[in-house]
Amino acid sequence: MTTLLIARLTFDEALRRKLIWAVLFLSAVFLGLYAFGFQILRDDIVRFDDQRAGRPNADLPYEIQASAMVLLGLYTVNFLAGIMTIFASVGAIASEIEAGTLHAIIPKPLSRWEIIAGKYLGFFAMIAVYLMLMVGGVAFIARFIGKYTPPNLIQGLALMILVSAILLSLTMLGSTIFSTMANGVVVFMLYGMAVTGGLVEQIGTALDNDTMVRIGVVSSVLLPSDAMWKLASYVVQPTVAVNTIGPNPLGTAAPPSDFAVRYALFYCATLVLTSMLVFRRRDI
Amino acid sequence: MNLLAHDASILTHDNQIRSSIEPDQILAVETRSLRKVYGRFVSVADLSIDVRHGEVFGFLGPNGAGKTTSIKMLMGLVRPTSGSARLLGKPLGDRSAKRRIGFLPELFRFHDWLSGVEFLDLHGKLYGMSTSERRRRIPEVLELVGLAGRGDQPLRSYSKGMQQRAGFAQALLNDPQIVFLDEPTSALDPVGRRDVRDIIRQLRNEGRTVFLNSHLLSEVESVCDRVAIINHGQVAAVGPMHELLRRDLTVEFRLGSWSEAVKDTLLSFGSLEELRHVATTTIAGVNVSDDETVGRIVDALVAIGVPVYGVTPHSLTLEDLFFEVVSRQDRRDERNAH
Repeated sequence: MTTLLIARLTFDEALRRKLIWAVLFLSAVFLGLYAFGFQILRDDIVRFDDQRAGRPNADLPYEIQASAMVLLGLYTVNFLAGIMTIFASVGAIASEIEAGTLHAIIPKPLSRWEIIAGKYLGFFAMIAVYLMLMVGGVAFIARFIGKYTPPNLIQGLALMILVSAILLSLTMLGSTIFSTMANGVVVFMLYGMAVTGGLVEQIGTALDNDTMVRIGVVSSVLLPSDAMWKLASYVVQPTVAVNTIGPNPLGTAAPPSDFAVRYALFYCATLVLTSMLVFRRRDI
Repeated sequence: MNLLAHDASILTHDNQIRSSIEPDQILAVETRSLRKVYGRFVSVADLSIDVRHGEVFGFLGPNGAGKTTSIKMLMGLVRPTSGSARLLGKPLGDRSAKRRIGFLPELFRFHDWLSGVEFLDLHGKLYGMSTSERRRRIPEVLELVGLAGRGDQPLRSYSKGMQQRAGFAQALLNDPQIVFLDEPTSALDPVGRRDVRDIIRQLRNEGRTVFLNSHLLSEVESVCDRVAIINHGQVAAVGPMHELLRRDLTVEFRLGSWSEAVKDTLLSFGSLEELRHVATTTIAGVNVSDDETVGRIVDALVAIGVPVYGVTPHSLTLEDLFFEVVSRQDRRDERNAH
């Protein structure tokens, strides 16, 4: 009950932040441009079908091109959602301690873990709604402008929500330990590491370099967000596209296993529990 | 085995005694050797205080004495390093006790996009109050703190004093048995301060316990029944206001004549603190223990034929006491350090 109350408060408060509206505005601009881009791709295929012969991608079926376009859209959405998650929750606990908001809340008849749980739920709800709207938007544009429907979209959406949930767990834990500023620095460094680590792993796979692959694996153990994005990107592409495009910065031909998904879920749960334990002992 | 059974029976017996105690015999606040250390810095060294039900308890001390840390420990904001404390007879963190406690923090910010009513509604929900309770109580507390008619404005538009009043309303919302006030008047103008004093008196009249942390001695002096003076994280002095202030009552006698006999008479009642001869009169300050002694001194002086022109009691103000206690302890600490 208290958890839901705090969740609601967190959700309402997040929507009061200018940053969220800036991200939403950028997202709307992005969807507009995206629709425009998809339209051009489609026109290119339909209207100039007869002229395609001399073009570089002439032999690529439209399905593969449209799939690449969807992947590009989802990659951007995933990135925006990640940034929004981190920025929204970077001060979840720290800034409330600094401002003194918690001074009047903790003495109330509630447990500290309920504050963590409520905040987590509030941010999670916000990001899940955002991702549903954005992934929905990309799918809508692909379907009605591009006349292309990507496969396993729900599964992809779930995995993208998991990506943000991983970042949220990390940011919340950091917020119970560090100041808002320090937490932002730490989380962004890890986030950058995960993205770079994922890239290094891709290159390592392509070059058959074990060390580079290992670096990637270690980075996805530390922060499995990029690995989950790789899996999401894999499931929303038709097999033919995966096989044709191969490993690339946005996607992978060798998706993480089910074990990686279980690890990611375990990672979230562990970090949330740890933040509860840390916050329980924290002096305000 | 026998030993265990024996222990168990003692425990049961003890529990029976506990449960047979009337609620008002349980202390409102009870701390035992409460201690908080941050790294090497001792914030609260050893705090043992008892606050009885229905009294206004003043918690005084110079800045950095550990007052706010002490309150934070009681409010569950800070974990004690060692020691224990009970609120309303329950260990710290007990939910049923928390439900009957109100707290106005010293430094706070509320979610300022909420209106006064929404803010109180949120805190009412946090207290676990039902919708009907909240609907009844919110206008009451707004009225009590002088914010009636301003409840629909956002907190952002409130002045500092009004925000403080809103915080006060939040602390009283749940009809608390104990109200903890941490520097409640620091942001208020003189009118606001008087209002706070009035509210504190009203709370006492309603039988509630008030734990007042303040550095404003006049404020504490005017409303508190008992005070504890905290210095270097421990209790330097504690007791009922009138006893603490009465402890060193000096009475000035203005006399028409002076002799060794008069001096001996005065000395038989108490020590002579002061002796001045002004024109034809003599002013003698005598340290006495209580009011009755003053009457007996006057009788004795009249009996030996000394004209008594005036009797002026000089009781300590809380400020005198405060400085005396604090400086005495500081001197002792210095000696111990050498």
